Amino acid sequence: MRKLKFRPCGNFKERYEQDIAIFETDFGRVWVWVGLVLLLSSVPFIAGSYTLYIINSIGIAAIAAIGLNILIGYTGQISLGHAAFFGVGAYAAAILATKMGFPFWLSVLAAGGIAALVGMIFGIPSVRLKHLYLCIATLAGQFIIEYVLMNWEGLTNGPAGIILPRATLFGLDISGDQSFFWVVFVCLALMCWMAVNLIRSRYGRAFIAIRDNDLAAEGMGIPIFRYKLLSFGISSFYAGFAGGLWAYYTTSITPEPFTIFLSIQYIAMIIIGGLASIPGSVFGAIFIIILNETLSRITEYIMNTGILSGIALTVAPLREFVFGLAIVLFLIFEPRGLAEVWRVVRSSFRLWPFSY
Amino acid sequence: MKAFRGQPTIFAAAQPDNRRAELTVEALSLQFGGLVALQNINLNVKTGELLAIIGPNGAGKTSLLNCMTGYYHPQQGRITFNGEAITGLHPHKITERGIGRTFQNIELFPGASVIANLLLARHIHCHYSVGLAALFWPSVKREEVRHRRVVEEIIDFLEIQSIRKKPVGSLPYGLRKRVDLGRALALEPKLLVLDEPFAGMTLEEKEDIVRFLVELNEAWGQTMILVEHDMSVVMSISQRIIVLDFGKKISEGSPEVVQNHPEVIKAYLGDSG
Repeated sequence: MRKLKFRPCGNFKERYEQDIAIFETDFGRVWVWVGLVLLLSSVPFIAGSYTLYIINSIGIAAIAAIGLNILIGYTGQISLGHAAFFGVGAYAAAILATKMGFPFWLSVLAAGGIAALVGMIFGIPSVRLKHLYLCIATLAGQFIIEYVLMNWEGLTNGPAGIILPRATLFGLDISGDQSFFWVVFVCLALMCWMAVNLIRSRYGRAFIAIRDNDLAAEGMGIPIFRYKLLSFGISSFYAGFAGGLWAYYTTSITPEPFTIFLSIQYIAMIIIGGLASIPGSVFGAIFIIILNETLSRITEYIMNTGILSGIALTVAPLREFVFGLAIVLFLIFEPRGLAEVWRVVRSSFRLWPFSY
Repeated sequence: MKAFRGQPTIFAAAQPDNRRAELTVEALSLQFGGLVALQNINLNVKTGELLAIIGPNGAGKTSLLNCMTGYYHPQQGRITFNGEAITGLHPHKITERGIGRTFQNIELFPGASVIANLLLARHIHCHYSVGLAALFWPSVKREEVRHRRVVEEIIDFLEIQSIRKKPVGSLPYGLRKRVDLGRALALEPKLLVLDEPFAGMTLEEKEDIVRFLVELNEAWGQTMILVEHDMSVVMSISQRIIVLDFGKKISEGSPEVVQNHPEVIKAYLGDSG
């Protein structure tokens, strides 16, 4: 076995393979594996049922956020319809599971595929529209899908929603918090890895080129419309996949959660986590879900405290307020998000005791 | 002239057929509303040639390039490349057919490193699919390594080793122009179209670029179209010159012929009367 190299100093690259690797040194490589093993082997046994529910929601949101980051952060196409694609995935999984009897893995994958198709259809306006105009076009997509989920009762069962069968994988029941944890986080790790691979391949480079300068991108032989659609497709695949997992996890779905507010939450995740950063999407998902839970806990606490319940109605909108405040503060003080904070912390550890 | 340490791979497979670059422009006219930008332009480029297009400001030089590379769609006329009509095709289709270009106001990707900018230009030479890319399959890795090597050779050729990992936005103007040239070379174009590669450069930077262009053309047989203002450079390196004025071709021929053409003198120095 080759000698592991943990420091960039003296770590000379002798082959081009080493230069296109994900991690510069073995430090990151080893820690990712150690971290994954620790995460998968300890957390489900330590954490209580409620904590596990939060952690699983983080995992599912992180998958969707990675998808949105590919679209907004890397390709520069702003979409306000991500929650709708998430919803399409959830409904696709639910309908395939109940009406066609698809197994868990197949219906989640198919949910991703169906959401990708729908996403590509709503990505078609990107051929002509850019920036704010595209944003409004995707907003239309959000409302259309919301309307369809609510009103196509024959398929979606309307406001009553759909109840899913228990999730099973290879004959094992995985519907519990604990076993679903493993499913979610193995999927998250795989999806992360695939996203990183896409970004370092020609597709990622083409996406970045379209974001930075679409005129020159076309001059470099990139068919921009096709790649914009591809980006919408990949992004919605992630959203749909996450939606499918979520549908199985909550076991019953209604059209209520897939609103514009959820779309904005996803955008908040990637802005706070860091645009054009895959780890950033995960950090953002962690931050937003925990913020959300903390805020609703606080509101709940105030509601139930006798003396304070009088002012409870006035503080109820506090959630939205703090939410907006967090985004604004991040935009002002750390526009590159938590990923940048993480990078600074990491490099200061690496360089200690020197400042650079 | 400093010789390159070795032959870059992109020129190694110099099969006459692979490097063939015969461009013909016939009766090309381009109008923007009532403004006539180009009027009945005829020209042809032969394989291995360095053709210069010159003319005063607003003569239509860049418009002509934009027609050749698909950014503008001419109202009349035909452009054929290696026997195939390319009039009105999208820019990316034309790039695929082997016409690579640089831009007058450097259109690089500022946030990305020099390597990333050059690798991006390898796009049309990458052939793997999305699925394999997501898994970074060994074949994808092999292909990426191959392109990384080609890019490294171009970096070597243009002597920009020291800045290969720097973001392009942080580079001085002259180096950015050089990266822009590198990016066009990474496309492996049969015909390289350069839009004012010397604009706004210092004398030394200009000399460097001229050295690269001459080596490309004479040692590696790269066919080129050069649009330029700097007469001294154009006169000394190009084999044939076309002069445009107010959207019309007023002269064509070797540097000596063009230099003494009365119309050209009139266009550049004004009517002495």
